Amino acid sequence: MSIANLSYHAVFYLVLKRDLTIAMRHKDDIINPLLFFVIVVTLFPLGIGPESQILSRIAPGIIWVAALLSTLLSLDRLFKSDHSDGSLEQMLLSPQPVFILVLAKIVAHWLITGLPLILIAPLLAVLLHLNEQSYGALILTLLLGTPVLSLLGAIGVALTVGIKKGGVLLSLLVLPLYIPVLIFATSAIDTAALGLPYSGQIAIIAALFFGSLTLSPFAVGAALKVSTN
Amino acid sequence: MWKWLHPYANPEVSYHFTGKLLPWLCALAALFLSIGLIWALAFAPADYQQGDSFRIFYIHVPAASLSMGIYFGMAIAAFTSLVWQFKLADASAAAMAPVGATFTAIALITGAAWGKPMWGTWWIWDARLTSELILLFLYLGVIALHNAFEDKNLAGKAAGILTLVGVINLPIIKYSVEWWNTLHQGSTVSKLGKPSMSVDMLWPFLFCFLGFILLVSVIICIRFRSEILARNSIRPWVRSLVSEQLTQEKTNEI
Repeated sequence: MSIANLSYHAVFYLVLKRDLTIAMRHKDDIINPLLFFVIVVTLFPLGIGPESQILSRIAPGIIWVAALLSTLLSLDRLFKSDHSDGSLEQMLLSPQPVFILVLAKIVAHWLITGLPLILIAPLLAVLLHLNEQSYGALILTLLLGTPVLSLLGAIGVALTVGIKKGGVLLSLLVLPLYIPVLIFATSAIDTAALGLPYSGQIAIIAALFFGSLTLSPFAVGAALKVSTN
Repeated sequence: MWKWLHPYANPEVSYHFTGKLLPWLCALAALFLSIGLIWALAFAPADYQQGDSFRIFYIHVPAASLSMGIYFGMAIAAFTSLVWQFKLADASAAAMAPVGATFTAIALITGAAWGKPMWGTWWIWDARLTSELILLFLYLGVIALHNAFEDKNLAGKAAGILTLVGVINLPIIKYSVEWWNTLHQGSTVSKLGKPSMSVDMLWPFLFCFLGFILLVSVIICIRFRSEILARNSIRPWVRSLVSEQLTQEKTNEI
């Protein structure tokens, strides 16, 4: 069956499966950002001191900043290897819409880097003496927020994939766009710690999620066309 | 209907047109800025609460509005260039980015200088200050992306996409003082019809504001012209322009 006849679903799963298979064959791509996340979080109690009161106050910020940085670290692999071996150009040349291909790659990236991060976050929250009331908020913000990080980050990677030393530039482009997620996520966790309703912040993060889910694949597609020229 | 605009898509026509425009803009900018600043700094009445230190307002507010205005202009240029493949729009966006970054920095610095006597602190993590700082980061990202590409056409497109993604920040800055309870005061000037400002203070502000807008147009015009020259340096009209200039310099020396 030629690829031109495939339905959107089939294309989506094909690209998703391919990316996940590649990631499974290079397991350090999954483990290294996670390890980085854990190490960054453990640095803070060592630097600030082990008082549980201070730690539980700053735990949401530490976990979220570490999540931002480890996502940033893992973003490079989203398009870089495909760009260097030419398969990215083949994808762009295929008759399938770029939107589907890009979305599948971003979903794969989130499954590889975002999901393990969410799974290990409660453990780190225990280490940082996070208030027990805020565990639900922490998981919820990570569930809604880390996909936004992958989606927005993909725009930055797509813009810098053709540049030789794109790494530092990538962080300069992407981090300012991450600030709103950081602000509302940590605010939701802090509010939950006080026992107050935090649905407002969750609603805003959800809005960011759906907004970036629908718009960012278009921007990524346009940026990839510029980068591959 | 838009036929009169078409000639300006040609870099040569645009170059000469902005060349003719430039002296007028310069003269007007100098006129308005000198009237406005002298009036504002020396003759406008002092504020009943803030005393003379409120006068920094005459630089802070135009710089802050222009930092957003220039970004908006940049976004329009980026959109035009991405949708209609209009290359001069890229040149104008490239010309605007550093000017906008400078004005954002001026707004932040004058704001800090104003905040110290009024709020007792140089900086506070208030919604408007933070979003203005993000705007500065966005400008710096756009400039860095422009510099990262060898090919100016690619650089323009890539920076254009980033500019359009960053537009989301503009309404956040604009309405931050209304959405959140912040230390930064709300708008006093732009309430049309009934500004909550005394007329003696408003008029010099309008002169200053217009003066700064003209100053920005002058700087952008100059940068735009040099961008055009840099991008078309292999074209015959640029070469003849340069050789004319050289012969003129030689005759002057003799």
